[in-house]
Amino acid sequence: MFPRPIEQTSRPWQLTYQSLLPLALIMWLLPLLAVAFFSIKPDVDFTTGNYWGWPSAFAGFENYGKVFFQSDMPRYLLNSVLITVPTVIGCVVLSSMTGFALGIYKFRGNLWIFFLFVAGNFVPFQILMVPVRDLTLDMGLYNTKLGLVLFHVAFQTGFCTLFMRNFIRALPYELIEAARVEGVAEWRIFWYVVIPLMKPAMAAAAVLVFTFVWNDYFWAVVLTQGAESQPVTAGITSFNAQYRAAYHLMSAGSIVAALPPVAMFFLMQRHFIAGLTLGAVK
Amino acid sequence: MTTATLPDTHADEGGPGWIRRNRMTLAPLMFLLPGILFFLVYVIVPIFQSFYISFFRWDGLGEPSYIGLANYQELASDPAFEVSLWNNLKWLILYLLAIPGGLFIALFLNQTVTGIRLYKSLFFFPFVISQVVVGLVFGWFYAPSFGLLSQVTEWMGLGTVNVLGDPRYATYGIIGAGLWPQVSYCMIIYLTGLNAVDPEQVEAARLDGAKGLRMLWHVILPQLRPATFLAFVVTIIGALRSFDLISIMTNGGPFGSTRILSFYMFEKALSEYGFRMGYGAAIAVVLFLIMLCFIAYFLWSMYREEKGAR
Repeated sequence: MFPRPIEQTSRPWQLTYQSLLPLALIMWLLPLLAVAFFSIKPDVDFTTGNYWGWPSAFAGFENYGKVFFQSDMPRYLLNSVLITVPTVIGCVVLSSMTGFALGIYKFRGNLWIFFLFVAGNFVPFQILMVPVRDLTLDMGLYNTKLGLVLFHVAFQTGFCTLFMRNFIRALPYELIEAARVEGVAEWRIFWYVVIPLMKPAMAAAAVLVFTFVWNDYFWAVVLTQGAESQPVTAGITSFNAQYRAAYHLMSAGSIVAALPPVAMFFLMQRHFIAGLTLGAVK
Repeated sequence: MTTATLPDTHADEGGPGWIRRNRMTLAPLMFLLPGILFFLVYVIVPIFQSFYISFFRWDGLGEPSYIGLANYQELASDPAFEVSLWNNLKWLILYLLAIPGGLFIALFLNQTVTGIRLYKSLFFFPFVISQVVVGLVFGWFYAPSFGLLSQVTEWMGLGTVNVLGDPRYATYGIIGAGLWPQVSYCMIIYLTGLNAVDPEQVEAARLDGAKGLRMLWHVILPQLRPATFLAFVVTIIGALRSFDLISIMTNGGPFGSTRILSFYMFEKALSEYGFRMGYGAAIAVVLFLIMLCFIAYFLWSMYREEKGAR
């Protein structure tokens, strides 16, 4: 193990390490802690310039209450859910199929199709912006959640295909061959043999897509406007325009907007990390 | 031994003959079709469309008029484009700091004391948060009147600094904010990589008297190569994609000093400066061509690996 395990070092160094850990963590998360601190301060602290002193009162409930009951925030959150969840489902379905096709079958152009997905996935969004916006307008889906969902499904399928295909490659191929010898139809092999084995990969892809799509801002601004269809990342900017200089509310709003992917991460940590490292680094 | 668990599917036999004979060609085709179709329509075709649009003058509504290379000629003498290009370079280079940064934190956390798992997840926290929130948070962190940074510099007797309001520092300020989640990402890649480092090699090297930096350089890093490659890929992509932070923190200002290609393109094509779709597409094409160099390199590396595998 590298670096040398802390148990094998001298006592003073062990103690230094143990106390260094929380200190480093606090330093690392300082900007976030500051926002959390702001979000429980009352309005009056900001008008009197008491930014960093002890809060003159605990106003956490009040601030978060305002975010939830007196702003468009719940609406934006709901939009985000209605955009993210269908995208995740669509992506996992499409990419488990493409991943299966590219991972199991040997045919000419297999690797090239795979590379097409990978390359498309690395592309900067801006090169897609004008045509995709135009296409969405033409289909009458501009400023709808469906318009966003369709694009996200297509784009994230590229990433998920990379992931699923590599996962399927690592499965024992004899399993599929054995099924074929038995005369099992291909789609049954997919459904009854491969899908059950792919559950971890599907979970990983799902949490990642959830996070990516939830946090997307660029496409939200390009393809939607207004509270009826914008997700929370875009909503938070209009929320901030509404409460300009009301730092306690903006802080509370930011925390609410950031929370769902964070919760997702803590619930599905193992899958999340497996996905981020593309399963490549084991 | 595995066949025993397979369901009985003999009822399937005797489908139409043609389908049965060609099933090994048809099956992958059917499985690929929906995904490929989506991907072609929304990702691959638009890339070529953007190239095409970049030869036109178009406001997004009326008839586009063909102007040949005029958009590109205009780019060559556009000072804002030059600023964006330089800033892109700064992003690319400084963003790479995330790799050693992530490695450093990963080494720091690669221990087995109680609660370390929670520490690792909390260090990873910034990556999970949306860049919009990161931008807001850092915007306040840098705020000259009350931001934490100014509090610190004032306490040290340096006076306040208005990072985002000063064209000299603004880009670096935003890159700093971007590094925060990116370091977290690289950290998690390295932590996973460190798990796979062969303990016997490390012990052997230790017996030979290797330690510290020499050990890291000669024994550990070579084994972390896949992790480093992945960290490099995601960092380069992250640097070239960054848009949210600039849009949230400075909106390109002050005086357009924090624009990068991805942001400038958006500004030209879709903002109050008028809808110049053709010009925007031309900027996007330049950005795409820069990215293409990296994509080609990534694919080439992957291709070599694939050839080595099955």
